[in-house]
Amino acid sequence: MGKLIEIRDLSKVYERGKQKVEVLHHINLEVDEGDFLALMGPSGSGKTTLLNLIGGLDLPSGGSISVGGQRIDQLGTAALAKWRAANVGFVFQFYNLMPMLSAQRNVELPLLLTKLSSAERRKRAAIALQLVGLADRAAHKPGELSGGQQQRVSIARAIVSDPTLLVCDEPTGDLDRNSAEEVLALLRALNRDHGKTVLMVTHDPKAAEYANHTLQLDKGTLVEAEAAMA
Amino acid sequence: MKYLHLVWASLFRRKTRTILTLVSIIAAFLLFGLLDAVRTSFNQAGQSANGAERLQTGSKLSFIQTLPIALQQQMEQVPGVKKVTYANWFGGAYQDPHNQVFSFAVAPNYLDLYPEVAVSDAERKAFAETRTGALVGERLAQRFHWKVGDKIPLQSTIFPDRAGSKNWSFDIVGILHATDKKSGGFFDQMFLLHWKYFDDTTPYNRGTAGWYVSRVADVNQADRVAKAIDALSANSDHETRTQTEQAATANWMKQLADIGLIVGSIMGAVFFTLLLLSGNTMMQAVRERTSELAVLKTIGFSNRSVLAMVLAESLLLLLLGGVIGLALATALIPVVSAGSGGMLNLPVVGADSWVLGFALMLLIGLLVGALPASSAMRLNIVDALAGR
Repeated sequence: MGKLIEIRDLSKVYERGKQKVEVLHHINLEVDEGDFLALMGPSGSGKTTLLNLIGGLDLPSGGSISVGGQRIDQLGTAALAKWRAANVGFVFQFYNLMPMLSAQRNVELPLLLTKLSSAERRKRAAIALQLVGLADRAAHKPGELSGGQQQRVSIARAIVSDPTLLVCDEPTGDLDRNSAEEVLALLRALNRDHGKTVLMVTHDPKAAEYANHTLQLDKGTLVEAEAAMA
Repeated sequence: MKYLHLVWASLFRRKTRTILTLVSIIAAFLLFGLLDAVRTSFNQAGQSANGAERLQTGSKLSFIQTLPIALQQQMEQVPGVKKVTYANWFGGAYQDPHNQVFSFAVAPNYLDLYPEVAVSDAERKAFAETRTGALVGERLAQRFHWKVGDKIPLQSTIFPDRAGSKNWSFDIVGILHATDKKSGGFFDQMFLLHWKYFDDTTPYNRGTAGWYVSRVADVNQADRVAKAIDALSANSDHETRTQTEQAATANWMKQLADIGLIVGSIMGAVFFTLLLLSGNTMMQAVRERTSELAVLKTIGFSNRSVLAMVLAESLLLLLLGGVIGLALATALIPVVSAGSGGMLNLPVVGADSWVLGFALMLLIGLLVGALPASSAMRLNIVDALAGR
């Protein structure tokens, strides 16, 4: 299996007023296509920063990031937005759904950026909702769904445009154990059955057990990599 | 169009706040529609096709100064003048000083110069033969429930009779009908009495006319004729100023009040307040949606798309409120006109007002949306998602 992500000598420095804070120090990392990787580490270790850089939400201060052979660190803002729309699905800790839209409409959002017809958009959103087991909740607004259901809607939104890479930032951080396990099982199914590459930041060792590998970050450096339970 | 549901949903995310803002916009554009109708009504006065052939001659000093009656004969001798008539302001009120009536004491040939005022031959004959006769506009007659044959009292706010009483008595002998309601609606509210009766009865007039009206043979010669008429009284104690009926009416209106300035000032204040109010609403709406906008950018919406969506939201708000407000004005104007008992004859909200209204909606919408849209466009995804 080929490498989907190749990171070389990656650094990220934030400027907080006059102070410069180096969050990531010369990271080197390769992730296989179809892998499920958990990123762990204490708060402030740079997990989310690394995830943001891989997902094309931020640009590095140094080094390079290639995803699917594309040097995303060299893309401009508009090109990066297009690249994200086509290649990455995002899952957040707090779901970040549009509260005024139904589950169906939330899932359709990434498809608004395509040339698909309205009927085709509806059809694809319905399939994505079916895949996460929420076909019967399509007309419900986020406020009418439980936390676990909302997170599943956000996963449906992440996969609706069929991206190669799923980037998940603490996807179970706001869920009870049962809901968390449902979400993690769903991510594992998307990885195993649909070939999605999943990168997941988590504090929870039990969540990390769902991944194929776990990487530990500390103070902006990759300190340990261990084989996780398959 | 595919973003419309998203823009609509964002706009009504906080229903109460959006509806209250909408009500303000509706009120502002309702007021705009009504006041623009008032302005248009004043602008249309004296703009009839027949009005273009008429010149009005008044005192150069002030419109309250009168002119000698002998001027009529001299004016009729000016080349290019076809016919001359004259009139005086009477200043009548019916029963209550608040019930002002547009009343003029006119020469026997007055209506010859106003073909846009229809009156039957029999009624005109009756007017000519009745010293205390009066012709009244149809809306004025409706307002006070007058009919031909009625004897009505009118109080002049200016002119007493020789005994010192300001109470005058008239016999209604006919009804005036404006043939063009748009430009001549004023005639439907007019009250005409005999100049001779007026002049004989009041000691204040003593053979003078308030103003003269002359019809020119050729409209293109109106300027030359006006100068020739004014030359008749040059260096006398009653110098005149002659102008087209339209210009004279506009000047007269301006002496009453500068309607354009008043309407402009009121609307300026209203729209400035609306700008602040709607701007505040949009700023709040965008500020509390920071994380949602960040998510849109995360999933691939470009900075320009986000800018366009916020601008579209603000334009939609203004268009929605503006169209409802102007539509309400369109529906209310006939009701207001009817309710005024003929005192107000407002034109319907025309194409010009709609075009101006739409331009204002777009301009205010863009101004109101510019700042929040620019903030949304510049939003940093990482900072916004982190709640910074």
